[in-house]
Amino acid sequence: MNIIDRRLNPKGKSLANRQRFLRRARQQILKAVREASGERSITDIAGGERISIPADGLKEPGFRRSSHGGVRDAVVPGNKEYVEGDLIPKPPSGGGGGGGSADGSPSGGGDDDFRFMLSKDEFLDIFLDDLELPDLIKKNIRRSESYSLTRAGFSVTGSPSNLNLTRTMRNSLSRRIALRRPRPADIQALEDEIRALEDSGRDPERLSEARLLLDGLLARSRRVPYIDPLDVRYNRFEQVPKPVTQAVMFCLMDVSGSMTEHMKDLAKRFFMLLYLFLTRRYSHVDIVFIRHTHEAKEVDEETFFYSTETGGTVVSTALAEMRKVMAERYSPGDWNIYAAQASDGDNTSSDNATAAALLEDAILPMCQYFAYIEVGAEYKDWLGRETDLWRTYKTLVRPGGNLAMRKVRVRSQIFPVFRDLFSKERAHGGS
Amino acid sequence: MAVHEQPRGLLFDSADWDFDKVQRVHDAIAGIAHGEMGLDTYPNQIEVITAEQMLDAYSSIGMPLMYRHWSFGKRFAQDETLYRKGMRGLAYEIVINSSPCISYIMEENSMAMQTLVIAHAAFGHNHFFKNNTLFRQWTDADGILDYMDFAKAFIARAEERHGHQAVERVLDAAHALMNHGVHKYPRKRVMDLREEQRREQERLAYFEQTYNDLWRTVPKSPATSQGSKDLAERKRRLRLPEENLLYFLEKNAPKLQPWQREILRIVRNISQYFYPQRQTKVMNEGCATMVHYHVVNRLHELDLISDGTLMEILHSHTNVVFQPDFDDSRYGGLNPYALGFGMMQDIRRICLEPTREDRDWFPDFAGNGDPWGTLRAAWADYRDESFLLQFLSPALIRRMRLFALHDDEEAPDYHVTAIHNERGYREVRKTLARMYDVSRMDPDIQIVDVDLAGDRRLILHHRVEHGILLDEDETLLVLRHIANLWGYEVRLVEIDAATDMTLREFDDVGPAVVLG
Repeated sequence: MNIIDRRLNPKGKSLANRQRFLRRARQQILKAVREASGERSITDIAGGERISIPADGLKEPGFRRSSHGGVRDAVVPGNKEYVEGDLIPKPPSGGGGGGGSADGSPSGGGDDDFRFMLSKDEFLDIFLDDLELPDLIKKNIRRSESYSLTRAGFSVTGSPSNLNLTRTMRNSLSRRIALRRPRPADIQALEDEIRALEDSGRDPERLSEARLLLDGLLARSRRVPYIDPLDVRYNRFEQVPKPVTQAVMFCLMDVSGSMTEHMKDLAKRFFMLLYLFLTRRYSHVDIVFIRHTHEAKEVDEETFFYSTETGGTVVSTALAEMRKVMAERYSPGDWNIYAAQASDGDNTSSDNATAAALLEDAILPMCQYFAYIEVGAEYKDWLGRETDLWRTYKTLVRPGGNLAMRKVRVRSQIFPVFRDLFSKERAHGGS
Repeated sequence: MAVHEQPRGLLFDSADWDFDKVQRVHDAIAGIAHGEMGLDTYPNQIEVITAEQMLDAYSSIGMPLMYRHWSFGKRFAQDETLYRKGMRGLAYEIVINSSPCISYIMEENSMAMQTLVIAHAAFGHNHFFKNNTLFRQWTDADGILDYMDFAKAFIARAEERHGHQAVERVLDAAHALMNHGVHKYPRKRVMDLREEQRREQERLAYFEQTYNDLWRTVPKSPATSQGSKDLAERKRRLRLPEENLLYFLEKNAPKLQPWQREILRIVRNISQYFYPQRQTKVMNEGCATMVHYHVVNRLHELDLISDGTLMEILHSHTNVVFQPDFDDSRYGGLNPYALGFGMMQDIRRICLEPTREDRDWFPDFAGNGDPWGTLRAAWADYRDESFLLQFLSPALIRRMRLFALHDDEEAPDYHVTAIHNERGYREVRKTLARMYDVSRMDPDIQIVDVDLAGDRRLILHHRVEHGILLDEDETLLVLRHIANLWGYEVRLVEIDAATDMTLREFDDVGPAVVLG
């Protein structure tokens, strides 16, 4: 008997099957993920997700007999009171058969939804699929910090893990042939012959001759090694710089007193999603966080998302801050510049003209894309008035332009709006 | 086999297992199984795996090597979800009908469980695989792993060359027909000249013996029309009717590429490999359960395992052979372990302590004093249906309180047709055996004709038994798959087997995508 320990075998043998399965159910999963994401908070979006999808597209059909109709006979255990000829009323609903049919244990599980777990990565991949930054063009490729390894022939030095066995052995073989290294079989044959001669004791002449020959062969095979350092070849890899498109995303958030908790929550959710999207999909995107009340400040990620502040509202300060950062660090010639602004739409009325001018003259021409999200109260203003900022920005929207505006009132709208702003179709339509 | 020395003292005394203990237990069990019970097994290979690997093995229908397909990923996702939720435990073992016979055991299990599993799988199932006539006839235990290796590599190569989607389409279609991809009867052997001559002579001799001049005077039937002659000729050439749908498509579908035919062949071969397992569920599990039950009891009698170990094993054993009553909420059909084990225990009782009734019912082995010999013969020569028909005793029918129900869709009630009494035994036995008849589990579907001269339509017939038609939605999907493989339209007609009346016709289904 053999006992084999397979526990250390590579895991995830069924990974390839799982990928095929996810690909197969892609449409359904996509839909389920979109639906699921509306209901959950952003913080757990980073966790895994149990989703259920309709079993339709995943059916494995076969010729099966219908579960109803016809005449069936079955044997069941556990008779307690029945005698031959008894009639047992059928349960009202047709299905199930009251345990009457033994072949009634369905293997398929009927039309139930199919539930399973998606891992965090799978969830995010599917969720962020077909989103992209619009109009990302190759600007000055200055920073190329990423390299990819490309095969570049062979070298005589290298690390043992790169040893090219085929080349090495080929060299070794040709050298051995060229230098006439005796083959082990020849030596073996000669040894056998010598042994036979010694045993039989005949032909001493041949014996001494053979011994001499053997010594020669052995000496030669010692002189000509099986593998010489000369033979060894390594795979050579060359680092090829990979072009990187540089992009920066400015996140502008209004944290003034007029923003209610609900609005701040919406705005933060939006930015978290944006942050998740950018960090996951683009390894070379800088993100600049700017928040403003009546004055604006560039802050770090932690402060942006978690610290609180309050004050009046002057939107133009944020735009001015953005312009300042742009001038200092992100020259529009080298960088793809994006911005997303979230606000409740309130602004000091004297500032509207300044903000519009700043946006139109200084920012929009530099930007690839500027998205404005207006977060509103959960219940609509009964007059349905448009806010100051909305009205101001609306004048700047041009067909085919790079300014997009959306409104969000409740959590469940964030995901659709986000998708809408960054979907690929939009990107192509806009460019 | 080498003379077996019984080790002294307990084989193990703690719950943790290690390789030494497994080896010792295996050897001790081998002594009992081969020596006392006369089992004949393939060499064993025991592989230790983790729970995750067990899930892996589950999803690829228990084969250690399997080609890639989304349905296995689906099954894995399903099993994993259930397992993680705690709704389903894992099987203790998986055993593969190969030589050497591979049994998987899980690292989480205690040594007592490993003992049970080794006795159950590595000896019980192993003996059954090696000796049952169906397995001997249909499966090639020596070659299966190599074949799966080939299949996996072939399909991976096909995916590389022709793309995932193209391969997936063929596999989807083949899987839909998997249960209709088996040869149910051994095929014709290659002709042997001497054998043929002998038979020819026998035929001649028979003809001479039974010659009667009167036959000459019987009027001949009118000459058959040209059309029906053509039909007969065509059917002969295509070897129709054919119930192995995959075989027919593999050989005759006009548009398939060679690699697509090979994929059909692979699926067909795997299906054929599992065909015996579907026919012997009760016997296979019964045999394994019977073996482990007696092995562990003998181990205990020989003081090789402790009382506690025996208790732990019996606890699992009892769970496995538990049969809820039909009105129990846990009822999910007859438990093959319970039925098989019950019958085999009963055979053993009949061999050793027969009652008068047993002597009447089983005159050929009642009281013969050789339970293992009798069981070995049964394990070797029967499948579920014939085993039940032959060996189900009145005593067991009484004990399990089996009764037969008749369910007519038209009637408002179920009709109790037989119970565990003198009048009912045979009826119950017959009805139960029929439930395990594999030819009744799968609907009888055959390819009857191909309109080669016309539009190449493929015509299938379903012989409907007891008025039970096919599930309409699924059938349409399967017909679509067949049409994709065949490349032209496909029609299915459901015909009542008793009256030859057409009950339902599926409209022609055309191919959605042209393979090939």
